[in-house]
Order: sequence, then structure tokens, then C-alpha cells
Amino acid sequence: MTTRYSFGGDEHLFVECDEAMSLDAFFKSLSMTNAIRDAAIKGVTEICPANASFQIKFDPDVIKPGDILKEVQGIESAAAKTEPVIKTRIIEIPVFYQDPWTHETLMRFRERHQDPTATDLEYAARVNGLADVDAFIKAHSGSPWFVSMVGFVAGLPFMYQMVERQKQLQVPKYLRPRTDTPKLTIGHGGCFSCIYSVRGAGGYQMFGITPMPIFDPEQSISYLRDFMVFFRPGDIVKFKPIKQDEYDHALGDVASGRFAPVIRDVTFDFRDFQKDMTGYNAKLEGALA
Amino acid sequence: MTIKVLHPGLSTTVQDLGRPGYFHLGIPVGGAMDRLALRAANLLVGNDEGAACLEAVFIGPQLEFTAPARIAVTGADMPIKLDGVEQPGWTALAVKAGQVLSFDYLKSGARIIIAVAGGIDVPLALGSRSTYPIGALGGFKGRAIAAGDELPVGAAASGKAGASVPEALRRKPGHPAELRVLPGLYWHRILPESQQSFFADQWKVAPEADRMGYRFRGGQALQFVEREQPFGAGSDPSNIVDSCYPYGSIQVPGGKEPIILHRDAVSGGGYFMVGTVISADMDLIGQLQPNMPTRFVEIDMDGALAARADRKALLQKIRAALA
Repeated sequence: MTTRYSFGGDEHLFVECDEAMSLDAFFKSLSMTNAIRDAAIKGVTEICPANASFQIKFDPDVIKPGDILKEVQGIESAAAKTEPVIKTRIIEIPVFYQDPWTHETLMRFRERHQDPTATDLEYAARVNGLADVDAFIKAHSGSPWFVSMVGFVAGLPFMYQMVERQKQLQVPKYLRPRTDTPKLTIGHGGCFSCIYSVRGAGGYQMFGITPMPIFDPEQSISYLRDFMVFFRPGDIVKFKPIKQDEYDHALGDVASGRFAPVIRDVTFDFRDFQKDMTGYNAKLEGALA
Repeated sequence: MTIKVLHPGLSTTVQDLGRPGYFHLGIPVGGAMDRLALRAANLLVGNDEGAACLEAVFIGPQLEFTAPARIAVTGADMPIKLDGVEQPGWTALAVKAGQVLSFDYLKSGARIIIAVAGGIDVPLALGSRSTYPIGALGGFKGRAIAAGDELPVGAAASGKAGASVPEALRRKPGHPAELRVLPGLYWHRILPESQQSFFADQWKVAPEADRMGYRFRGGQALQFVEREQPFGAGSDPSNIVDSCYPYGSIQVPGGKEPIILHRDAVSGGGYFMVGTVISADMDLIGQLQPNMPTRFVEIDMDGALAARADRKALLQKIRAALA
């Protein structure tokens, strides 16, 4: 893993922790951005973590580009020596896989797909060498995911599954992007899953839908009253498959203000995780019980 | 007092200097595409420089004022009319109650800024009145204005009409437009001959040009340095593991058509970027029409900082001229 620094014009410092996606690269990016936030460097106006990289926005009238570069490089060597432990939260996200709304949408855009004769889930199962859709859903919902980036559009989480590289689910994006995606669709492109925070264009495969709102500019949803965006980079997500009746019930709860997401505070230790991913994940998920 | 929208134009939105601080959650800074035009318009009518204005692209709106007002229109060259009588741009104008502001066809540039003394008084959303339509956030009900809307205007400081920004201080893109670019980010992904052609070629603005980004056509396709694609990056040589996108960054999907991300940028994605338009030239992009010939001009960091200082000095001159 070689860290690469580059300037994005006169207001951004771009830092690539690794060219390739991995939990190591993500964790390094997250640790460095946390350390940079703690350092409260004068002139830094925004810190944006991404999957295997991050970006610092700075005001060159306050701090010279060369100085911000030196500060961040200094933090890189310091961050390498700190404990790879973060305090974060694990969230259970109910998902209605194979729901009628994403199904209707994927049928509408079939000619933009690699396999017009199959559904997105059937295609995803096949290209990952899994027996059927159920096996794919089991793999997708069986292990937790790190929110490795929040963005693209407002509040949209990118998630990377907390499993070995050979177990990563990989599915290409649509051949041509759709012009429509239902709000709260669970999508997948490359090795990343996402939740579409708003309705709109999209190129990720569509697997299902969650009843849980994650972006609310009106801030009327009970758990989004303090802030309109639900996710933060570093959140851990566990998908829980639900059926239509549970989905409808949850929607009713959202409408009446009774819906409360299952959220638990956890401490994540990257070393322990690497020693035994399956066992460590099981322990993390125990917090949700 | 309110402004009645008789006709909204093509896409007219409330904008100010934006909402920095939320890009890490996918919410872009937004705000006026042409910041200098917004600051000048506000100075003309006696507002704070960052007060909320209307930004109209290509086609101006038709607006009726319910009470006397002081307004100014800056930015693109689009003939301004009050009850059908032509008025000067970049000038503080007195409007009588019941008068209608309208516009003729755009002559040059792309976006006008309409400032009203007191500012457009929509509620703050995350510290800004700017409209972010994708997130239904800010502005007037989170969307572009529509016929029948009544836009609230804040209390105006006293002032008088007649002040004007001198012609020499009105910054506009040249012809061809020249945008200064600091190479970087994933610049190393393309071959030396493509690094050369990118700056040598003349490009032109494509029809896909909006507040989120400006697409360009007409230059040679970029050739990539061969490599095995990193895990998670996707199979196309222009793909990278999804990263953050700086404002002004230039991505080139498939190596074909450069896209410069602007104020309503998506915050990240999976396309490599060749570099970034410097902060001093972002305003100019907001004044480019489709088909406008454009050249990218290579600049280094020292040059970018000097250009930034020049732009700041220009703003100081505008302030001094209107003080």
C-alpha cells in the first residue's frame, strides 16, 4: 500500500491510500481522516473520506498548499503508530429483497442490462458462481458491511463487505445507466453496495428496497430530526431480509413516527477482526440481538 | 414584500454563496455558479455580498414586484426590461410597485444573477438559502421557481439606484474560453501524447452542461497507460476505485468527453480525473453556453495562487467602485 498525494486545484488535497480497494486501505483512510479532524488544522474546511482515499478541502488564503501537504504527511506517519481501533455503531437495515418496485424498474430498463433475460439478482448470483438468488441474498445479508463513503448524492452510503477479498460479491454496473431508481433501493456495482437516498438515475444492480428512510431534508423523521443524513463513514451495516408484510408494517411505523432503527454502539478493533473475520463479525452482530 | 413569478424562465433557482461543510455526506456546496456576479449584484443593491439572489440560465424569468424595490442584474449579457423598457445591466435599478421585470434573448454568457435589496428571504437550510434540487433542499421549496410562486424578500437597507459596476470590472470568458487547469489526481493514467493533446486541442461545450457539471467535446480521445485494473476499480481503463471528486475536477469517462464538476457536484465516483480547474476560473464556466469553443490551459500551483490573488484584487476593485 503506497500513499499518493496530489492537489485538486488550489483548494483540495487528494490522498490515495491504495489504488485497490481493501479493508486495509479503507481503514487507513478512515484513521487518517479521523486524525486530521482531531488535529484541527487551521485552514482545513472539509474532510471527505472515500473508500480507499480521501480529500481535504482547504483555504489557500489561510494555509499554503505545501504546508497542508506537510501536515497531512506528518499525520500519516503518526496514524501508522496509533491503535487501529475506532468507536462506531452497528445498524440493522431491513431489506425486502426481490420487491415489486425495483422489479418493475429493472424490467423497464432491461435493454440497458448485460442479461436482458434475467433479473439483476439472478445475474448477480450467476456471475458470482452462486447456485441461485437465495444463495446470493444469503451472502449479501450474511456478513456485515462497512460504510466506506457517504456521497455521490445527499446521504447515499457506499458499503464494502467485511469479508476476505475472495468472498467479495462483484457485479458490473448496468451497461448504460438507468434514468430512474426507486428511493431506498439496495444497489450494487463493482464490489460496493449502496442505498439510493433519493429517487433518480443510477447504474448499480438493484436487489431490493428498505423501508428505513436515510435522508430527510424536512427533518420530520424522528431519528433524522437532529440531522437530515443518517449515515457516517465508518458505520457498520447488517442487512436483515424481510418479507412484504414486515415491509408494509415498517412503512406504517415510519409514517406514524414509531419506526426506530436498531442501532448499537460498538468498538471495532482492526487487528482482532483480521485474526478471525467470521468470529469477529458474529461478536459484532451479537450487539444487535 | 414578495415577488410574483409570472414566468420562471428555463431553470431559475435561489442561490447564495453556498453551504460548505457537508460534501463528506454528499451534499455539495451549491450557490451561484458565477460567484463574482452574485457578489457584485448584492453590492449594487446594498446587500451583504452573500445574500440570496435568483440565478437564471439561458432564459430570464418574468417577475412582478408587489412593492417598490431596488434590484440589479449581473452576469450574462441578456437585455433587461422593466414594463418593456430596456434597462442597463450591472446597475442598481429602482422598481415601482406593480412593475414587471422581463428579459430578451441571451446575447452572450449563460447565467444572470438578479439581486433584490433585502435578499430573497427563503429559510436557511444547513446554513444557506441555495437550492439543491436533487436533495429537495434549500431555495424555494427545494426546487426551481415556478409560475405562480410568491418569493419572499427581506427587509432592505436604505440605498439608491444608479450605481454601476464599471465595464472593465465585469469578468467574462474570452473566445475561445480559456480555463486554467492544474494537472494532477490521476493525470499519470494517460500517455504523454494524450497529456499533450488535452491541452493542445480545442474543445467545445456539449449540450450536457448544468450546475452539476459541464461536458466538453471535440478533442482527441485520451489514451491510457496500460495496467491491470486494481481490485474494486471496474474493468474500463478510465475506472478507479470510487473516490472523492474535487470541485472543478475534470473526469473523462472512457477517455472521451471531459466533464468538469461544478457547484452542485456529485461528491465522488469511479472515473479517473486528469486535473482540476483552478478556483479563480470556476466563475467563468458558469458563463459558458453549449458549443462555446474552449481551451484548457496548463498552470502550476504558483500560477493558480497568483490567479486567485488577481480575482480577489478584482473583487476589491468592485467593492471600492461601489463603496
